[in-house]
Amino acid sequence: MEIIKTETNYNFVRLMKPAVILSLAVIIIGIASLIWHGGPNFGIDFAGGTLIQIKFQNETPADKIRAAFKSIGFEGSIIQDFGPKEVIVRTAESGTDANALTSRVEEALGAAFGKGAYEVRRIEMVGPKVGRDLTRKAILAIIFSWIGILVYVGVRFEFRYALGGIIALVHDVLVTITFLSLFNKEFDLNIVAALLAIIGYSINDTIVIFDRIRENARKNIRQSLNEVINASVNQTLSRTILTSLTVIMVLVVLFFFGGAVIHDFTFALLVGTVAGVYSTVFIASPIVLLFEKIKPTELKRKK
Amino acid sequence: MFKSIRIRAAVTIVLCLAALVYLAPSLTSDLPETWKKYLPTDRIHLGLDLQGGMHLVLEVETAKAVESTLERTANDLKENLMENRVRFKLHERTKEKNPTFEFPDTASREAFDKILTNQYPDLEVASSQTVDGKGMASLKIKDKRAVEIKKMAVEQSLETIRNRVDQFGISEPEIIPQGVDRIIVQLPGVKDPARAKNLIGRTALLEFKLVDDEHSLDDALKGNVPEGSVVANESRMDRTSGRRSEIPLLLKNRTLMTGDALEEAKVQIGDRFGEPHVSLKFNAQGAKNFERITAENVKKRLAIVLDGVIHSAPVIQERISGGQAQITGSFTMEEATDLAIVLRAGALPAPVIILEERTVGPSLGQDSIDKGTWASIIAGILILFFMIIYYRLTGIVADVALAMNMLLLLGVMVAFNATLTLPGIAGIVLTIGMAVDANVLINERIREELRLGKTPRAAIEAGYTKAFLTIFDSNVTTLVAALFLFGFGTGPVKGFAVTLTIGIVVSMFTAVFVTRIIFDHFVWNRKIERISI
Repeated sequence: MEIIKTETNYNFVRLMKPAVILSLAVIIIGIASLIWHGGPNFGIDFAGGTLIQIKFQNETPADKIRAAFKSIGFEGSIIQDFGPKEVIVRTAESGTDANALTSRVEEALGAAFGKGAYEVRRIEMVGPKVGRDLTRKAILAIIFSWIGILVYVGVRFEFRYALGGIIALVHDVLVTITFLSLFNKEFDLNIVAALLAIIGYSINDTIVIFDRIRENARKNIRQSLNEVINASVNQTLSRTILTSLTVIMVLVVLFFFGGAVIHDFTFALLVGTVAGVYSTVFIASPIVLLFEKIKPTELKRKK
Repeated sequence: MFKSIRIRAAVTIVLCLAALVYLAPSLTSDLPETWKKYLPTDRIHLGLDLQGGMHLVLEVETAKAVESTLERTANDLKENLMENRVRFKLHERTKEKNPTFEFPDTASREAFDKILTNQYPDLEVASSQTVDGKGMASLKIKDKRAVEIKKMAVEQSLETIRNRVDQFGISEPEIIPQGVDRIIVQLPGVKDPARAKNLIGRTALLEFKLVDDEHSLDDALKGNVPEGSVVANESRMDRTSGRRSEIPLLLKNRTLMTGDALEEAKVQIGDRFGEPHVSLKFNAQGAKNFERITAENVKKRLAIVLDGVIHSAPVIQERISGGQAQITGSFTMEEATDLAIVLRAGALPAPVIILEERTVGPSLGQDSIDKGTWASIIAGILILFFMIIYYRLTGIVADVALAMNMLLLLGVMVAFNATLTLPGIAGIVLTIGMAVDANVLINERIREELRLGKTPRAAIEAGYTKAFLTIFDSNVTTLVAALFLFGFGTGPVKGFAVTLTIGIVVSMFTAVFVTRIIFDHFVWNRKIERISI
C-alpha cells in the first residue's frame, strides 16, 4: 500500500512563505491568549497550592463540597468534575505544618459526608518554595535541551541546519503553549514533560529531512538548494506522514483510554506532534534556505 | 559486524530469553519453587502514582539548630560566669537579637572575654558596644561552626527519620537527602498518610521541666511572665467525651533533662483504666541524673514536655532511682505506639517543614494501571495491523521487531530496577508509535532502491546502509531531549524519561539489527526473488 505516490512532487518551497505567516499568526494568537488569561494557567506544581481528588459514593454537587470545605477556609477553591462521581478540588493554600492540611481535609469531609461516603484518592501539596524551584528547573530543562540539540546537530550537520531545527522546536513549543492557553489547560509538571517529548519527537522528524537534504545536496551539486529542499521533502513525505500517523494514532488511543490523570498530557502531545510535523516541513527548511541566501555554503563555491 | 546469520540470531534469542527471565516474576506469581531459587525475583518496580503511596519533600530548618545551639551554649556560659563571680546581666535571645551580655565595668568584661576565648571555641562576639557606660556584647556561633551544625542537623534528621519509618513498618521506604537541607521521603503503599506524616514530621523533643509554683500563673497569663519561666499548655483528654482541652501551666525555663537520656521507650497498658501509656527507661547517666533531680525536688511538680506541650506534670513524691518513668496523657493505642517510636528514634535536631506532598490512594493507582494497560494493548494492536496493511509481509517483520522491543524494554526496566510510572506507561505507548519509525525509514528506502531496479538483496543492503545514519542521528537528538527530561524530572515525569530513553535505544537495536536478520535469512538462505513490501 502507498499513501504517497512515487511521482509526487508538491512545491513545498512555494508554500513556505504563507506557512511561516500562518505560524506567526498562531503564535501571536497564543501570546494574545496568554495576555488575556493573565499569563499561563499554572497548576499547583508551579504556583504552589493543594489539589485533592475525591471520589464519592453518590453524585455530589459542587456546592455541597464547597460548603464542606468552608469550615477549613477552602471556600475559594476551584472544584472540577473529574470523571463520574469524582471531583478535583484545587486551592492556593499550602500547609507546611506536618499534620495541618491533609488531616483537616479528611476531618472536613468526614464531618460533612460521613466516613465511607467518599474516598480521597489523591492529595498533592506543593509549597511556594518548591513551586519556584520547579519553575526554574522546567525552564532550564527546556532551554538546555534546545542547546544540547543545537550543538549535536551543529556538529553532525552544519550550523544553519542546527539553527533551522531549533527554530522549528521553539515554534512547536510555542504553538503547543498557544493551544494549551486557548483551551485554558493547566501547566504542570506533566505538561513540561510533554513539551520535552515534543522537542524530542519533532527534532527526530526534522533530522530525517535534513539528512535527505544533506544527501541530495552532495549528489546534485548543480541543483539549487531550493530544488534540493523541495525534492528532499517530497522524497521523505511518505515516511513523515506514516510515522506521524502511527504516533498520532497511539496518542489518540492514550487520549481516550489513558485515563483522566494524563488527559492534558496527551492533549499537549497531540498538539505538539501535529505542530512538529508541520514545522519539519514548513519551518525548519525555509530557515536553512534563508541562511543560504545570506551566506552560501563553501561546498557550493568550491565546486 | 556479525556476518553469520546464525550468530546474530543467537544473540537476539539470548537477549529475549534474558528479558523473559527478568520479566517472569512480574508476569506470574506462581513460578515453580526450584525456578525461584535461580531466577531473579524482582518484580517490575511501580512508581508511587501506580501502586499508591506518599511522597514528601521535607526541609530541615537548620537555622533553628544553630539558634538552639547558641541558646544552650549561652546558658552554659551564663552559669559559668555566675560560678566565676563575674558581674553581668543576660538579655536572652529574641527573634531579632542574639543573646547579649551586659557588664557594669571593664573588669567583668575582661573576665568574660577570657572565659569566652578559653572555654567556648564555638562562640564569638558578634558586636560589642557601649550603652550608658555599660559594655554590651552580643554573641553568635562562629560561621564555620554554624555550617557544621547545619550539616549535622540534616544528617541526624535523615538518620532519625529513617529510624522512625523503619519502626513504623513500611516496606521499601526511600529516604534520601536532596540539595543542602532537604530530605525526600517515599512511602509506598502507606495506609494512613496523616499518621505517617505526623510520625515523620514531629520534632519529638522530650524535656523535663519543673513547674514554677512560686509565681502566679494568672499574672503570667496577663503577659507578666517572670524571668526564667515560661507558659506552656497541658493537653488533657476527657475520658468520657473524648474531647481535648488545654490547660496553661507556668514552667521553669530550665530544661533538666531531655529525651537524649533515654535508652528505651515502649507502650504499656495501665492497670487502672486499661489505657495505654509510654514507659521510659533512662540510660545509666540519665538514671543518675533523674535520681538527683527527683531527690532535689521532692514535693515539686515535674512537667514532661513534648514539643512544647505538657503531657503530664505529676508531683514528685520521693527520690526515684532505677531510671524508670512513664508518660501518661490519655492516648489512644495508635498515639502511644507512635510516641514510643519517635522517642526511641530520638528527637530531630531541628524542626522539619513539609515543602511538597503527593499522596496517591491505592485505588487510583490500580485504575491508572488498568487504563494504561488497556491503552498500550489497543495502541499495540492498531500499530501491528497498520504495519501489515501498509507493508504486507515486511510489515510482519516490523511487527516482530516491535513485539521484541516491548519485551526488551520491560526486561531492561526490571534488570536496571527502573521505576514504571503512569507517564512512564505513556512513554511506552509513545515508543510503540515511534519504534516503527526506524522500520518505516528502512522500508521506504528499500522501496526506493527497488524502484531503481535493484535486486532484493542489493536493495536491502542499500536500504539499511542509507537509512542507518538517518536513524542514528534522529534518535540521538531525541535522546538528548530525553536525557534533559530525566535530569529535570522528579517521580512520575522521570518515569516517562526512563521508558522513552530505553524505548529509543532498544528500538534502534530491534529495528536495525533484528529485522536485518530476518531479511538476510530470506534473501540469502531462501533466495527469494521478490520482497513483499
